[in-house]
Amino acid sequence: MLYAILCYHDEQFVWSWTKEQEAAVIGGLKGVHETLTREGKLGPSLRLMPTTAATTLSKSKDLVLDGPFAETKEQLLGLYVIDVDGLEAALEVARQLARANPGGSYELRPIAAYNPDPREAPVAG
Amino acid sequence: MNDLAWIDGAITGARPQAVAALLRYFRDLGTAEEAFQEAALRALKTWPRNGPPRDAAAWLILVGRNAALDGVRKMSRQVELPPDDVISDLDDAEDPLVERLDGAHYRDDVLRLLFICCHPDLPATQQIALALRIVSGLTVPQIAKAFLIGEDAAEQRITRAKARIARADVPFEAPGPVERAERLGVVMAMVYLIFNEGYSAGAAERNALCDEAIRFARLLLRLFPGEPEIMGMAALMLLQHGRLPARFDGQGELVLLDEQDRALWDGKLTAEGLALLEKAMRHNQPGAYQVQAAIAATHARAARAEDTDWAGIDALYAALERMQPSPVVTLNRAVATAKVKGPEAGLEMISPLENRLSGYFYYFGVRGGLLRQLGRAAEARVAFDRAIALAGTPAEAAHIRRHLDALAKEGI
Repeated sequence: MLYAILCYHDEQFVWSWTKEQEAAVIGGLKGVHETLTREGKLGPSLRLMPTTAATTLSKSKDLVLDGPFAETKEQLLGLYVIDVDGLEAALEVARQLARANPGGSYELRPIAAYNPDPREAPVAG
Repeated sequence: MNDLAWIDGAITGARPQAVAALLRYFRDLGTAEEAFQEAALRALKTWPRNGPPRDAAAWLILVGRNAALDGVRKMSRQVELPPDDVISDLDDAEDPLVERLDGAHYRDDVLRLLFICCHPDLPATQQIALALRIVSGLTVPQIAKAFLIGEDAAEQRITRAKARIARADVPFEAPGPVERAERLGVVMAMVYLIFNEGYSAGAAERNALCDEAIRFARLLLRLFPGEPEIMGMAALMLLQHGRLPARFDGQGELVLLDEQDRALWDGKLTAEGLALLEKAMRHNQPGAYQVQAAIAATHARAARAEDTDWAGIDALYAALERMQPSPVVTLNRAVATAKVKGPEAGLEMISPLENRLSGYFYYFGVRGGLLRQLGRAAEARVAFDRAIALAGTPAEAAHIRRHLDALAKEGI
């Protein structure tokens, strides 16, 4: 069974970490990632940029808004990772998806760090 | 990370909005600050036991407000409020506050708090010190270190600033749109000043100022998510700060952009800066911060110095000259022009600026560099000598000395 684990925290706090705090957290996570990779349980993982870097496409109105998706009456139902040149290209992809699946919103958030699926990585000699 | 580190971080993160709301409530900076300090102390006692509240800022505002009122009531021998252990367990008590915090109210609160720190009666150094103390919550020793001054001097700077603010007329009514835009402009200028204090100092200890300025910019962006100039300012600072790991060599000497090891640039900051600039440019409302960010982005996109799109940078500086005419902008443009059209063209552009920039280190550095490229060594030496006399930091002086040494080696 595939699961997504969605990470929530206070970004004002997390993005104020000192280099040492950041290194401590990342170091701790790395250990867990290694164990999970050995067990074949880890898929791709990623860290998003702060919500200040987000842009939201309201699908029905084709309206582009600055900032994160803020509507609490709708729920997070899925996500895509896309590889494009920039925001305009990302919006174009989002519009293509919106034509096939109208209603609701897409929040476009740049990815700060991306760890590809270790199960697909070539086995190190 | 342990609980206390988290709590400390949560208190710091909530500080701007909490102090800002308490200021609206008490209309006095000193009372608001004391109320916040008291609430923070109680948080350190209560949160490890009861767990952190859902909304740290709302908790701190409520407890701070009650603590301050409690003090007043005690003095007038009235009934005490319930202990904050009880308050922190009452989610219901938070809700009305949370609601109020969500709206424009909270946005104007934080803007007002920042705006007070930029009071025109205060010299820039006091504005910055006050903002760092009150809004960021930096301690006096931290501020002293950031300004490279003694703690007594830092303390005095803050005390004087507070005294002036206390006498000043502080606007508490909600601002209209024009006034809000004006306040935002003043606050942005201060935030960029904080960044520049840290960036141009040429000393690694002062980086904390750049980090704080970026935190301020993110705070402003959360309050005003659709303002392209805030995006531009944040992008500019992120892109410039991203170069920090390459800006000084092992001896602490300044490394010029052309000579920096770009592999050392902080990719995360750069990527965030580029993303914000892209968001800003969608608005088609160009402004000076956005243009400067676009210049920084052009550098960031060049994998090697020789790949730099100097024609693009020249055009961006030309745009900046139109928006914000200043000899310093023209000087910067001349560097790009010289790369595109040769040193003669650059020199021609900066020569008329000499009167106005006669006290400016960078002018004589650029002039010396261009003259040296043209083989006019004697004139280059004169310019470099003047630059050294004007150098503000040892790193700047050392950089010019290297030019002079090179000239000497070239045998003139």
